[in-house]
Order: sequence, then structure tokens, then C-alpha cells
Amino acid sequence: MELNVNGHRTYCYTGGKPFDAARPTVVFIHGVLNDHSVWILQSRYLAHHGFNVLAVDLPGHCRSAGDAPETVEQAADFVAALLDAAGVQRAALVGHSWGSLIALEAAARLGERVTHLALVGTAFPMKVSQALLDASQNDPEAALKLVNVFSRSTLAAPPSALGPGTWVYGAGMALGRRVLRSNPEVNVFHRGFLACDRYANGENAIAQIACPVLFALGAHDQMTSPRAAQGLIARARESGKRVEVASLPVGHHQMTETPDALLFALRDFLAR
Amino acid sequence: MSGYSDPGFDTLAVHAGAAPDPATGARAVPIHLTTSFVFESSDHAAALFNLERSGHVYSRLSNPTNAVLEQRVAALEGGIGAIATASGQAALHLAVATLMGAGSHIIASTALYGGSQNLLHYTLRRFGIETTFVKPGDIDGWRAAIRPETKLLFGETVGNPGLDVLDIPTVAQIAHEAKVPLLVDSTLTSPYLIRPFEHGADLVYHSATKFLSGHGTVIGGVLVDGGSFDWDASDGKFAELSAPYDGFHNMVFTEESTVGAFLLRARREGLRDFGAAMSPHTAWLILQGIETLPLRMERHIANTEKIVRFLASHPFVSRVGHPLLESHPSHALANRLLRHGARGAGSVFSFDIKGDREQGKKFIEALKLFSHLANVGDCRSLVIHPASTTHFRMTDEALAAGGIGQGTIRLSIGLEDPDDLIDDLKRALKAAEKAGG
Repeated sequence: MELNVNGHRTYCYTGGKPFDAARPTVVFIHGVLNDHSVWILQSRYLAHHGFNVLAVDLPGHCRSAGDAPETVEQAADFVAALLDAAGVQRAALVGHSWGSLIALEAAARLGERVTHLALVGTAFPMKVSQALLDASQNDPEAALKLVNVFSRSTLAAPPSALGPGTWVYGAGMALGRRVLRSNPEVNVFHRGFLACDRYANGENAIAQIACPVLFALGAHDQMTSPRAAQGLIARARESGKRVEVASLPVGHHQMTETPDALLFALRDFLAR
Repeated sequence: MSGYSDPGFDTLAVHAGAAPDPATGARAVPIHLTTSFVFESSDHAAALFNLERSGHVYSRLSNPTNAVLEQRVAALEGGIGAIATASGQAALHLAVATLMGAGSHIIASTALYGGSQNLLHYTLRRFGIETTFVKPGDIDGWRAAIRPETKLLFGETVGNPGLDVLDIPTVAQIAHEAKVPLLVDSTLTSPYLIRPFEHGADLVYHSATKFLSGHGTVIGGVLVDGGSFDWDASDGKFAELSAPYDGFHNMVFTEESTVGAFLLRARREGLRDFGAAMSPHTAWLILQGIETLPLRMERHIANTEKIVRFLASHPFVSRVGHPLLESHPSHALANRLLRHGARGAGSVFSFDIKGDREQGKKFIEALKLFSHLANVGDCRSLVIHPASTTHFRMTDEALAAGGIGQGTIRLSIGLEDPDDLIDDLKRALKAAEKAGG
């Protein structure tokens, strides 16, 4: 469905079910050079199992208009405005990679309005090498290939979002190209990576959140190594949060290379 | 980079889509000869039917062995996924039927496999889909044939049997300016010789019966999506993909998948309703072939080069139609587009002997290593007379437009010792010459 958020057309995939504000809502937030479609399996399942789903295209990405966020904080403000526009008082936030930082910051700002926080493929700090930052700016195709190569953990993914016969690596490349092409004014690849690289409020944010948190990490993730999430996990525990950690046998393509394992982790977390 | 995370073509040909079987440890791909798959629960069943979870339900829709083949061909082509079909013709039909219905229009190259020409010119016309045929090199002709109802441009990487190389970048540009996709039949080149997506094509299919299988044992097809075409940005031409489909949960395929809407509908409607699925045993045999595709293709084109040179210098041969020769109209284009240049324009080509129809028959009957049959891309060398077999339904004018004469002979060069093949051809040419008195 389309919402007007901050005066801009904003697309949210609702999982094949009409939006119903009376049901508990889960907001899915994608990462750099992704869009709502990376969450199809998880969001469609939850939409048919009692939840409202809003899998959003971030501003300036694919079906959503508006300026692509320059910082994690800007994107977090957008998430708050999205909930308001949808008439949702409380929601669970699920984010992948860059989207996990956005979900984290939004949860800190929204306090009690966030019921659950799920961070998929997260790390803090989420530093991006200068070489990759430069490549995302000057040679996006080469950088996209690097990102997909680093994200891959298998040459034989199980049946995935397009069904059996999906070549997940190729799908990742095609989606990245499409998202990049969808915004002719801004290089959303470089801008998204810069936002990841510069985000500094992770440890404060995790201490401020008022809800349980799930870390769904790829055991073979070369983009956001599980080691790089340990600081956040420790900080969350220190500040008394209910913390769950799911180690998935996958790299950074958690949603497509282990769709069921991630779904079950989310489903069980949201049920508690 | 190289290695497991960034494997090269030869590695993908062996490994893409396959891993040791988690249940048994089997290293080779198991053949899953089963019609259907047990659900874990009622919820699992409902979730599979509703695309909330991904998995196998019924082998007409998908099968684990077929899925390995689909991933492998998609990987080799640089696509996002693929669908294995009962034949190459089924793959072409699946592509067309997914994108259009009655009242639609296709622009196709004149240089097509006879079966494809039949489907477009006769059969689809009966279902209200019109096709305009254009010579593959007639760039203005492609552009001029565009109509408001045009939904697809279609050609072969190297046209059968004249080996006219399709100028994929230029034809793709024309297609995209008209907001329609370009579908390419890459059967005769295989992804080893050209990867059409890298040149602008949007959809690719193969008769996997040919080089992908390589052993002349099975009939099969594979349809691959490059994931590049924006179905939403085509002024509503593709409502099949961009509007709710009440035949499948009112799904809007372009919302479900930004890059994979075509494959979603092709599998969920096309395979489901038309049912032209591949047998898992067939998929397994094609996988055996693909494992050696790079090695075989090298040998195919090396043998072909020797035989083309032999025929081109033979006094009883009036024409050899292979882009290796500078006289071929596609020589320069082949050098520009194909991975191995003009020598990589495949191992299926035609030539004309300096004789009449009877001498042509005598030539074919005198061959001993070459098998006279209706196939190409086998490990064995093959020969046929197109005008009386594969293209027999075509008028003389249509034959001429496709570069086929009454005396044209088509060869498919196999993997035998090239000196033995040349000896066979030499003897048959002599027999044909004698038959002319």
C-alpha cells in the first residue's frame, strides 16, 4: 500500500493482506541497495499469521519518493513518521544490515511504542572500508559485486523468495542494480554506506530501548561479522534487556539463503 | 576475486546449485523421482501454497533435482533464476504465454529454428498473437515493426542455420525504447560462448537437449530471467505482472519481487496450468552434461574451425556459412560479441555443395560418421537437409529469407577426431560429385 509520509509517497508491502491497524504490526526495514522485496517470505508469512506487516521501501528507494536518508538518525525519524502515517501506535521493528541500525535508532527514539526489536545481520560500529566507500561512489557495479560476493555463503541456496531455482547471488546483483537505477538523482549505494559508516549512537541507543531484542546473525557473515555485534549484545544485556541471539548458518543473505531459519527466529521472538 | 565465494564459469558448471545431500551425504546430485513432497504440518502446507514459505509441493511446479539445474543454468547465464521445462519449445511457449495473450504482437528474427518459426507463424496466430518477422541484421526493420501492442522482441544468438549473429545490444536498445523485453534463444551458443544478459537481453532460453545436455539423450528446456527488465515501467503493457492476478491470491507479482516477477508468474501460472514440466531424470542427465560443458564446447569449436577451413577450400563446395570466414556477413559482429570471437559462433553451420538436390541426398547417404538426424549439439557429429526436414513447412521465400537454399546442408560438429570427420566429409563429397555424372 502507499502512505503519505512527510509529504512523500511511501510504499509498504503488506504481505498480501489488507492493512488492519487493530492487529500487532511488524515494520521491516531493508539495508543498502535493497528494498521491501528482500523480506517477502518472512513478511508474507507473518501477514498471514496474525500480524500487520509494513515492509517499507525507504525514501528515495524503488517505489518510495522523497530524499534518501543521509544518516541513520534521519531514517529513524522517517520510521517514526511512517508509524504515525499508518496510524500504528505500537510496532515491532525488524531491520537488516543498515536497516538494523535504523531500527535500533528508531527503537531508542520511540521508546514504549516499539514492542520488539529484531536486528538481522547487524554490527556496531558498522564501518565500511574506504575502498568500498570509494567504489560505491565511483564504480558501483564493481562495489555491488564485492558486496554480493562477501554476502554469499553457499553455491546451493535452499528454495528462496522466487521459489526453487532461484540463483540468490544473481538476484542480489539484479536487485542492487534496480535500486541504484531507481534514484537517478542520488547514489543511494554510497549514501547508504556513508550512513552506516558514520553512525555513532549504537551503544547509547541499545541502552535506551524499552523492549526485548533479537540478534539474528549469520555465522559466516563477512559483511557484518557476528563478532562485530558482540558489543551491542553485551550492552543490551548490561542494560537489562531481554536479549535473544540466533546464530543462522549463513552469510549476509539471511532472508534469502536461510529463509525458514530466520522466519522461525522472528516468529518465535515476536510470540514471546 | 576468485574462490568459493566468487567462482569462475568452469567451477559454476560443476557446483552451482548443488551441495552434498544433507540426508545421505551423496555428493552427486540425487534424482528425486517423486511426484510430491510431504508437508510438515497443515500450516506448512498452507504456507507453501500461499508463497509464505518456499519449498517443493508437486513436481510439476518444482523438484529438488530440477532446482539444481535451474540454479546452475541461471548462474552460468548471470541470471536471477530459471525454470526447467519439458523442451526448448516449452520454454519459448512459457515465455510468450507469461507475457501476453490474444491481441499481442511479437517481432522475431527470420533466422529461427523451424519449430520456433512454426509456433510463432502458425500456432500462436491461431491464439490471436501475431508475429512480424525481420531479418536479424535489418536494424531499421526491427524498429519499424514496433506496434503499440508489441510485447516482445525475439531472436537467436546465432540464427539457425545461417549463423547470422544477432546484434543483441542494438536490438535490446530498440526493445527497451519500446518498453518491451528482448528474449534470446541461446541454444546454439550456450552460456560458454555468449552470455546474452551481459549484452542487454532480458530473457534467455535454451533447448537443453542440445549443448547443455550434449549427449543426445534427453529433451528439455530452460528459461532464464536476467531480472533486469522493469515490468512496472512499461505503460501498463504487462498487466499480467503488475496488476492483481485473481488466478493466484490476487498477487501483484512486481510487488512480490522487484526483479523476479516474470519467474514468479511463469512458475505459478505457466508451469501450473500448461504443465510442460521437466522430468527430474531429465534434469539429472542435463546436469551431467553441464559439468563438462566448458570442455566440450572448446572441442566443439576447435573441431568446427578445422572443418570449416577444409570445406571452404574444397572445390565441390560453393559456400560455407560460418562467421569464421571473412565472407560471412556476421564475421565482424561475431568477433565483437562472442566470447571467443568468430570461432565461437558455434559448431552448427550450413554449407552448399555444387550440385543438385539428388547430389545433396547422395552426399548425406555416403556419410558414415555423421549421423543423418534431426538434432544438433550432440557429442556425435550430425547432418541434415533443412529444406526437406526441419524447415519443410516454410515457403521458398521464407527459406530464402532465413538463408536456406534447396541444396543447403547443415552440420553439427561433434567431439570425434577432426581428421576422421574430414575424411568422412571428403569421401561423401566425392560420392556426391560422382553422382552428378
